[in-house]
Amino acid sequence: MRREYKTITEVAGPLLLVEKVKGVKYGEVVTVEMPSGELRHAKVLDAQSDRALLQVFEGSWGLDVRGTKISFQEKAQTLDVSRDILGGVFNGVGEVMGDAPRIIPDQKLDINGRPINPYARDYPSEFIQTGISAIDGLNALVRGQKLPIFSGSGLPHAELAAQIARQARVLGDEAANFAVVFGAMGITFEEANYFITSFEKAGALERTVLYLNLANDPVIERISTPRVALTAAEYLAFHLGMHVLVILTDMTNYCEALREVSAARREIPGRRGYPGYMYTDLASIYERAGRIKGKPGSITLIPILTMPEDDKTHPIPDLTGYITEGQVILGRALHHKGIYPPIDVLPSLSRLKDKGIGEGKTREDHADTMNQLYAAYARGKEAAELAGILGESALSETDRIMAKFAQEFEARYIHQGVDCNRSIEETLNIGWELLALLPREELKRVHDEYIDKYLPASAS
Amino acid sequence: MTNGEIIRVAGPLVVARGMQGIKMYDVVLVGHERLVGEIVEVRGDRVFIQVYEETTGLGPGEPVESTGMPLSVELAPGLVGGFYDGIQRPLNRLYDASGDRISRGISLRAVDVDRKWDFTPLVEVGRQVSAGDILGVVEETALVKHRIMVPPGISGKLLRIEQGSFTVEETIAEVETADGIKQLSMLQKWPVRKIRPYREKLNPQIPLVTGQRVIDTLFPVTKGGMACIPGPFGSGKTVVQHQLAKWADADIIVYIGCGERGNEMTDVLLSFPELKDPKSGLPLMERTILIANTSDMPVAAREASVYTGITIAEYFRDMGYDVALMADSTSRWAEALREMSGRLEEMPGEEGYPAYLGSRIAEFYERAGRVVCLGTNPDGSAREGTITAIGAVSPPGGDLSEPVTQNTLRVVKVFWGLDANLAYRRHFPAINWLQSYSLYLGVIDEYLQEQGMGEFSQHRREVMALLQAESELQEIVQLVGVDALSTRDRLKLEVARLIREDFLHQNAFDEVDTYTSLTKQALMIKMILLFYREAQTALENGVKLEEILGAKVLERMARAKFIPETNLDAFAQIEAEIVQTFAGGEEVA
Repeated sequence: MRREYKTITEVAGPLLLVEKVKGVKYGEVVTVEMPSGELRHAKVLDAQSDRALLQVFEGSWGLDVRGTKISFQEKAQTLDVSRDILGGVFNGVGEVMGDAPRIIPDQKLDINGRPINPYARDYPSEFIQTGISAIDGLNALVRGQKLPIFSGSGLPHAELAAQIARQARVLGDEAANFAVVFGAMGITFEEANYFITSFEKAGALERTVLYLNLANDPVIERISTPRVALTAAEYLAFHLGMHVLVILTDMTNYCEALREVSAARREIPGRRGYPGYMYTDLASIYERAGRIKGKPGSITLIPILTMPEDDKTHPIPDLTGYITEGQVILGRALHHKGIYPPIDVLPSLSRLKDKGIGEGKTREDHADTMNQLYAAYARGKEAAELAGILGESALSETDRIMAKFAQEFEARYIHQGVDCNRSIEETLNIGWELLALLPREELKRVHDEYIDKYLPASAS
Repeated sequence: MTNGEIIRVAGPLVVARGMQGIKMYDVVLVGHERLVGEIVEVRGDRVFIQVYEETTGLGPGEPVESTGMPLSVELAPGLVGGFYDGIQRPLNRLYDASGDRISRGISLRAVDVDRKWDFTPLVEVGRQVSAGDILGVVEETALVKHRIMVPPGISGKLLRIEQGSFTVEETIAEVETADGIKQLSMLQKWPVRKIRPYREKLNPQIPLVTGQRVIDTLFPVTKGGMACIPGPFGSGKTVVQHQLAKWADADIIVYIGCGERGNEMTDVLLSFPELKDPKSGLPLMERTILIANTSDMPVAAREASVYTGITIAEYFRDMGYDVALMADSTSRWAEALREMSGRLEEMPGEEGYPAYLGSRIAEFYERAGRVVCLGTNPDGSAREGTITAIGAVSPPGGDLSEPVTQNTLRVVKVFWGLDANLAYRRHFPAINWLQSYSLYLGVIDEYLQEQGMGEFSQHRREVMALLQAESELQEIVQLVGVDALSTRDRLKLEVARLIREDFLHQNAFDEVDTYTSLTKQALMIKMILLFYREAQTALENGVKLEEILGAKVLERMARAKFIPETNLDAFAQIEAEIVQTFAGGEEVA
């Protein structure tokens, strides 16, 4: 039996207070029917004996306290899934858009998912070749990893994410079982369209599922979008056994929607007005990536977020960094130098790289050269900075070489085109060409046998 | 058992009424699904419950049942090698019961109650026993002898003691107490929020050797000490914690993954059985207990997980063991406190954290320490046990002035400050040597003196002085360039660089480099300082700095960290080569 009420007593921002209700469940879905017949959706945030606080996804604009009818659905928010979602375009809560045919559900899944028992996880260790040297060589991505892109406004994060989605493949694996789930939160039509065209060009659209909440769509709906996208991904990965790459953009808009609800509830704010539970909330999204023992599929997650004022300590990138397994940071200075992708390799990190590289996965010398390139680039950058203050003559001979190395490294290793797809061999070889610029005794982090084997002859 | 009724559900907070005779912190079963919760506030007829499981679908009108017991852990053979969630549900059996997702309302015993253990009695019938006395022993794993003790609160004459194979719930002994005959099994229950009793607290004296050079040499922690590792993300907190869990010379490791990544726990779970204890050669998992409440698991259980962990640690300490406990990360625990406090509408303190944050942190760390345990050994002697508590802190934005870091620093004695800039340069462990400190240096110097390693203390001071000098010289270099320095100072800079790159830098993923014994650490430091002294003399004798820095022996020194523990004689050769290098005077290179 559905229970219907017309007892709204308060509307504040996206929140509704309904009184004289009975048997409300926490987290239950509610439909809100306006006198005009328009339907909206809401969720119970606080269930009490005789009243309930609801969060309306479409917002409370034009809501009439008297005429509006509330009915409780006695279930949590679910998503209809079947194999047919592949190739589909949906709105931010997972409903079909326009006149497209409805999905005949194979399953109806709770969009909140359930926590993965850590005992059931399988450690991600299969190297994904993205074709981008700064990632493959220095911050290798593995299947089942969550690796965000920390960007800033005006930086080419969309290009980079789309390039990863196009080029990503696992060495020695046929690409047939691969799918992309794309969740857009509050981005512009233009940006969403860039992704769609890019998937289309790569002929990947029929293996892609899109959930779009664009900038002019209801703000509160955004809170569901990443969960809807991940629910679809879980279905594809763990029911159908596919390897799913999930791209979520832009997490900053998501967090702002979260803040809006929190402020409307008059909760005690944490840093910069974001709710104190934002870490937990973000974790409930990001932790859904991974691999599960005994199941063939995987979810690899690339959330994109724009750092307000390029500030890495802002709560959104900060909390994200504490949950995800590393981060790829885009740098404005590199972008201005015309380097694409402008990946700032020093603060970028992939925590799972060590398990995904080396003999049998990429190449035996991968770990050593990676460490050496890092160390040399860091030293070179420092030397270059010093030279900027004191002039080049103030540098020691080694530091001069290092500064030169840093410059070459940016131009030859980091820089590549939007359509340039480098194999891991190519990436490693470029690395050795660059290491050849350094005196051999500076190669402290590389085992001797690899130096003998791989260092180009011209160097010594 | 009193039953009540839910009147409100808001996230992990549930309010109920009609519960009679309940006490604060009693465990209750909430709703038709019987979710586990704990009473955290009582206001008149209403009780406030924090629920350890997801509450979606729960609603007013559903029943609440009291268990009449506070949140407790089960302590018995079978704990070691275990993998638990925040309220001690075994995750491996939870997996068997409910598959790869964590389901709600499942109650499972923490230890396997069907398994039989070989119990060997160590005392005889007729003896007077009291709390903490060892009755017998069970070989739990190859590394751990589980000593079965008289539980707290029981004393009297031992009437009966068994020998043979028993489950943890079967009676193994009978004691005639003042309140009648008590039957004892190998299983004890203990409320997690209550400190387990001990006889006396002592000052820690012996270093906990971790095999990590920057820690053991520069900022050592003692057995029974407390340390914290604050650092921004990506600075390697978890790797340091894992390294300590792997190599610390403790008898028992309790590792609490509190609100952190699921894959990190999986990593520990998969890698520890493969890793061998450097002393015994047995798998490290045979001395380890893991508690995992990952960030996607319910937030309230995160709050309980650190107490579950420290109570288990106390139990093994009571047996007379050295226990090392790692909590990664205490910030997530504090955030769970904040979240519950916010929902209880308590007046917030700094940054929304509850006003009692500082006292809760202090209470937790104070449960560590070196103690004289309750009770006696079978031969009547007393025994000592220690808990070393090491907490990771994740300060937002890497800002150490935030409340969790500050409150932690007020209690702990060792501070390993992780530095993002070192991490960017891939200098790991990224422990900043100028910021970090250990207040145990005094007692450890005494210990080293006793062990005949007094020279090592002296060398540590020299190393610290060099690193300090380096940072001052670097400032000058930044202003006026390296040419402005005297050759003496430039040599100092180079030696400091050797210390950083060839000694402090340590690769956790290299088979040899991952662990360095104290003896090898002392040899490495001695080698670098010998080079420094010889080079200084050479410089005074007119040898050019460039020649000194081109010395071949430097390359050998750089690779000294890869010398296996079984081949420490190699250091004598390097030392000889250093002396040789400078003996020739002019022909340095």
